[in-house]
Amino acid sequence: MVRAVAAAVQDEGLWEVLASVADPEIPVISIVDLGIVRAVQANRVVITPTYTGCPATQVIERDIRDALDAAGYRHVRIETALSPAWTTDWITAEGRAKLHAYGIAPPMPAGQRAPACPQCGSPQTEEISRFGSTPCKSLWRCRDCAEPFDLFKCH
Amino acid sequence: MASLPPIDLPSNATDAGAFDAPAADTDAPLFEFLLRLGDDSLILGQRLSEWCGHAPSVEVDLSLANIALDLIGQATFFLDYAGEVEGKGRDGDALAFHRDVLDFRNCWLVEQPNGDFAQTMARQLLFSTWQKRLFQHLVQCADARIAAIAEKAVKEVSYHQELAAEWVIRLGDGTEESRRRMQDGLDWMGRFVPELFEMDDLASFLAERGLAPELAAFRADYDAQVGAILAEATLTMPAAQRPILGGRRGHHSEHLGHLLCTMQFLPRTYPDATW
Repeated sequence: MVRAVAAAVQDEGLWEVLASVADPEIPVISIVDLGIVRAVQANRVVITPTYTGCPATQVIERDIRDALDAAGYRHVRIETALSPAWTTDWITAEGRAKLHAYGIAPPMPAGQRAPACPQCGSPQTEEISRFGSTPCKSLWRCRDCAEPFDLFKCH
Repeated sequence: MASLPPIDLPSNATDAGAFDAPAADTDAPLFEFLLRLGDDSLILGQRLSEWCGHAPSVEVDLSLANIALDLIGQATFFLDYAGEVEGKGRDGDALAFHRDVLDFRNCWLVEQPNGDFAQTMARQLLFSTWQKRLFQHLVQCADARIAAIAEKAVKEVSYHQELAAEWVIRLGDGTEESRRRMQDGLDWMGRFVPELFEMDDLASFLAERGLAPELAAFRADYDAQVGAILAEATLTMPAAQRPILGGRRGHHSEHLGHLLCTMQFLPRTYPDATW
């Protein structure tokens, strides 16, 4: 019983450490917000990549290791699981709000055709390119305020 | 001329020439299969990365670099797994950078030069349409790890296929020059399509065990899908020619060696180099 409680407390501590690890490409959201932390146990952290070739994946693993070391968790394994495949549905509500505040339109709900402009809120937007500055984003433009912006693609 | 005595030819050598003996190595079929999957992705990823900084517009530049990244990501998963299956201590990097040209198992299509932008898009449409079908099947693969990689990658490949289809339509149904170039690109790349559906001994072995689909079985579906896009683009698929086979058994066009020179130069010259 005492051991179980201790393990649970440690899990919580681990989650806190992970919540402090920022996504290297979009530093306003954490890897927990992004939904790539799949499981946390006393001695292991399981993460899943966003995109197969996302170069941030290796950086994320290193950043997790640094954060764990700094917090005194020196015996935690970091594992990668591919299945089930990550989807933008796993981004938390808080993560979506942070993306929007940062100027990136969060992934659209199914059925919506165009995102609202994160600058001025106008629904009059158009896609410039399906592929943006990182694998997870596409490039859009607002027809009202004329500003370009990134959309976090549904995936 | 005297009539020659009948000769017993291996069934899969007739199309391809004397060098194509049936795949003898069935001791490690899974390893060979993973090389086929990984090398297709790796070589096309390397080819597409040649466009970086040279594409017609910055948006296209980003698109091609992103597709290249996805493909190299797939290659990393397949080749790392291949190294583990082989059990000789090689990882994905060792397989990518320290194998010679005859040890590569990619198809001829992916090693073809970029040509102009239209030729690159022709190759992408023909390959991504096929790869998407393949990965959709591999989600059910009897090997759980291959299934997981396919499940992950298939969503990305759908994007690749859509992008290529949009460009093929835009260029084909565009100006006189863009249409001519798009048709030329297809005419060049079309001859490498039959190899994608080749069922050699290894492919049959894998299909019997639920590791790979019967490639030939989705040829009709593939032709219909590509055909619909070409019709919209006012283009025609080139007439069937004598198929060029052999990539799956290590026989390649001259282009692959040149590609490997560029890709492998640094890790071979400085074997311990790290980022």
